[in-house]
Amino acid sequence: MARDRGIEVRGLVREFRKGPKAVDGIDIRVQPGEIYGFLGPNGAGKSTTVLMLTTLLPPTSGTAIVAGYDVVKEGPQVRASIGAALQEAALDPFLTGREHMTLQAALHGLARKERKTRGDELLERVGLEEAADRRVRGYSGGMKRRLDLALSLVHRPEILFLDEPTTGLDPQSRSALWNEVSRLARDEGVTVFLTTQYLEEADVLADRVGIIDRGKIAAEGTPEELKAEIGRPSVEATPSSREERDRVAKVLSRFGEEIAAQPGAVAVRLDHGAGDLADVVRALDAENLKVTNLRIEEPTLDDVFLEKTGRSLEGAGDEKGETGMEESQG
Amino acid sequence: MGGFFSVAWAVAARQVYKYFANPAFLAPAFFPIFFFVAFAGGLTRVGDVPGFDYAAGYIAFQFVWALLQAVAMGGAFTGFSIAGDFENGFARRLMLAASDRRGIILGYTLASLVRATMTGTLVTVVALIAGMPIIGGFDFFGLIGLAILVNVAATLFGAGIAMLLRTQQAGPVIRTPIFLVLFLAPVFVPLNLLSGWIEILARFNPFTTILGAARGFLAGTPVGVLPAYSIGLGLVVLFALWALYGLRRAEKTGG
Amino acid sequence: MNSSLLVQILSLARRSTLRTLRQPAVMVSALVFPMMFYTINAYGLDAATKIPGFPADSYKDFAFAFPLVQASLFGAITAGSDLARDIESGFFDRLSLTPMRPSALLLGMLAGVVALGLIQGVIFLIMGLLFGVDIKSGFPGMLVLILLTVLVSLGFGGIGAMLALRTGSVEAVESAFPLFFVSIFMSSINLPRDLIEADWFRIVATANPISYLVEGLRSLVITGWDAQALALGFGCALAIVVLSLAGASSFLRTRVAR
Repeated sequence: MARDRGIEVRGLVREFRKGPKAVDGIDIRVQPGEIYGFLGPNGAGKSTTVLMLTTLLPPTSGTAIVAGYDVVKEGPQVRASIGAALQEAALDPFLTGREHMTLQAALHGLARKERKTRGDELLERVGLEEAADRRVRGYSGGMKRRLDLALSLVHRPEILFLDEPTTGLDPQSRSALWNEVSRLARDEGVTVFLTTQYLEEADVLADRVGIIDRGKIAAEGTPEELKAEIGRPSVEATPSSREERDRVAKVLSRFGEEIAAQPGAVAVRLDHGAGDLADVVRALDAENLKVTNLRIEEPTLDDVFLEKTGRSLEGAGDEKGETGMEESQG
Repeated sequence: MGGFFSVAWAVAARQVYKYFANPAFLAPAFFPIFFFVAFAGGLTRVGDVPGFDYAAGYIAFQFVWALLQAVAMGGAFTGFSIAGDFENGFARRLMLAASDRRGIILGYTLASLVRATMTGTLVTVVALIAGMPIIGGFDFFGLIGLAILVNVAATLFGAGIAMLLRTQQAGPVIRTPIFLVLFLAPVFVPLNLLSGWIEILARFNPFTTILGAARGFLAGTPVGVLPAYSIGLGLVVLFALWALYGLRRAEKTGG
Repeated sequence: MNSSLLVQILSLARRSTLRTLRQPAVMVSALVFPMMFYTINAYGLDAATKIPGFPADSYKDFAFAFPLVQASLFGAITAGSDLARDIESGFFDRLSLTPMRPSALLLGMLAGVVALGLIQGVIFLIMGLLFGVDIKSGFPGMLVLILLTVLVSLGFGGIGAMLALRTGSVEAVESAFPLFFVSIFMSSINLPRDLIEADWFRIVATANPISYLVEGLRSLVITGWDAQALALGFGCALAIVVLSLAGASSFLRTRVAR
């Protein structure tokens, strides 16, 4: 299959009437057949970007070419080339899975006979053939996401947008969805643009990762490249007794900056990389400190995020302090 | 009994505080005022029908119904609040803190009375603006007394259902019977002008007696006062027991 | 209308009808509440027939327009909040990503409204006849009665769609319900306009288009064939349909503009 049309974004901006720019001049290039992971905390601008790329929200400025078409000027062509599973599993609780498939297929203009075969084929592929005639109201979160994915594939799109496809799913459903997404890219050459707030997801699934924070791209590259950029692993030591924790911390602080660790343990990012490990052991020994556990850890995407934005990814989106309004009832 | 009253006071104070934080607490007055405007404004000529002999006129005739509806719906809305408190878990905190849990019911009832005073006043002001006369003078207090009984009975009825169901689903279960009782009564014309099945239902409806006495008070010609007050008090006692039953059930299931 | 647009409309109409039929609570309240109000009023206000100049022998004939109009309103609010819910849930976005014509969405939803209005109209007519409502215009009049009811449903449905597309909020659509409900009562629904004594009420009722819908429907029941009442009734209904659909399609265009 000749697929040579990925995604090309230049200087994309989206302003909302109140508040800062949700997306603030980003450039992205996604190669055909690639899985691109768009990583960032809540409110970083991921969903706004996806809405613009899928023609659901007009950009304030900048250009975006999706599958060779301009999202502003050639909306219908873009929509014909893409499939999208958006954040809310947007399903009708009173329709069955199969009825959703039929409706979607009809709206995509599939012939009557093909509507059924294509629907059945996709329901089977996402493992919903048994639940197909039940109403969506009774589906679990994982089933809804799988149906959502199947719906977005009805018209055989060449580019697939998945906005936080596994948020709120249990680990099993999550890995089932990962398998299907990588299969699509590998076997069918579908280009996947995936947003996530999970580091692991980007790490496992994406060929390349873009990190977005406060509407700007903070870093981009393969997960390996990004981690290598930071380069320095960390070491974590668990003192044999609680009283010695402070002393262990003091020794370790000679080798680098202290970072978050497991309860009761001490961790630092090694200033000079893994080569420091032997010195760490010797220094602890010289102070007569016993440790029950000593681990060296390679940098994670969270470290990359921390390095690039000065904040940790986990919880970075909570800064805004969204306060739930108290429910008012009569 | 110190626990009982201090619990009641605390619950009532919180509810009343919530009212002032949100003007939606006047919502129970919306439909009564609207029905009052629609019926008293649009149906005036019905007062001319032969046999319609109510001294205070059609506006006053409709006002009494609207007032009792407003205080009854005020009670129903208190039931919604209780159901909401159970659903969001606040009630569990109350159940834990209260030394005498019957005080919770009294607390909600007191708060409901405060609310009914507001909504009732609102309806009365609208009626006075619309030109309603108060012929009965001092007898008006008899009407107020009946309104209080209706509000308390409706509140206790709603509280019982709210504590039995403990979800917002209690809403329609509380509202529908109250609505039916209000409407299956001589709403538009006095009982003697009703006919057919609605006349039979209205005769059996205890609210009819209360409504009739209340209208009498406003016109200065009290009728059936003793039966009306007896029925009102009887309903209060009955629904107080009902609310206590609901409370016991809620306690058993762990709130 | 080409075939793909037709397929789209039919698919969406099927969906909106299915979801309504699968919510028995919605169906029941759309049928029971109007009927309940009707019977309470029909008997409770029967004494009104004794007012000199009252145009009907029986109040239940006079009031028969009420359940038809109220049920249309219920249907419209249901359809409007369904559409708003689709917008809130993202279902609308999903549909917008297909090559579906935006107008198919609106027409599909309205087809569902018409289907519901038709079902309600027929059921109410049968129940009314069982109650002993005497329709002076006879069987052809019943057909016209249903036709006008469906047209009223369509008009109200258009207003519901307008609200949904403009606000995109279920809450906003549902909170408009009391307003509509009020406007039904502020019309000649309970008494003919010339028997409304309060001047301000008569002025409001005369300005209220719902009065003419009611009077058109009512004329078929209590008068027979009243050309003026029917012309006003159909004229008003058509005007509401045209205006609300124009409004709805303009809001739809704004919503899908890209």
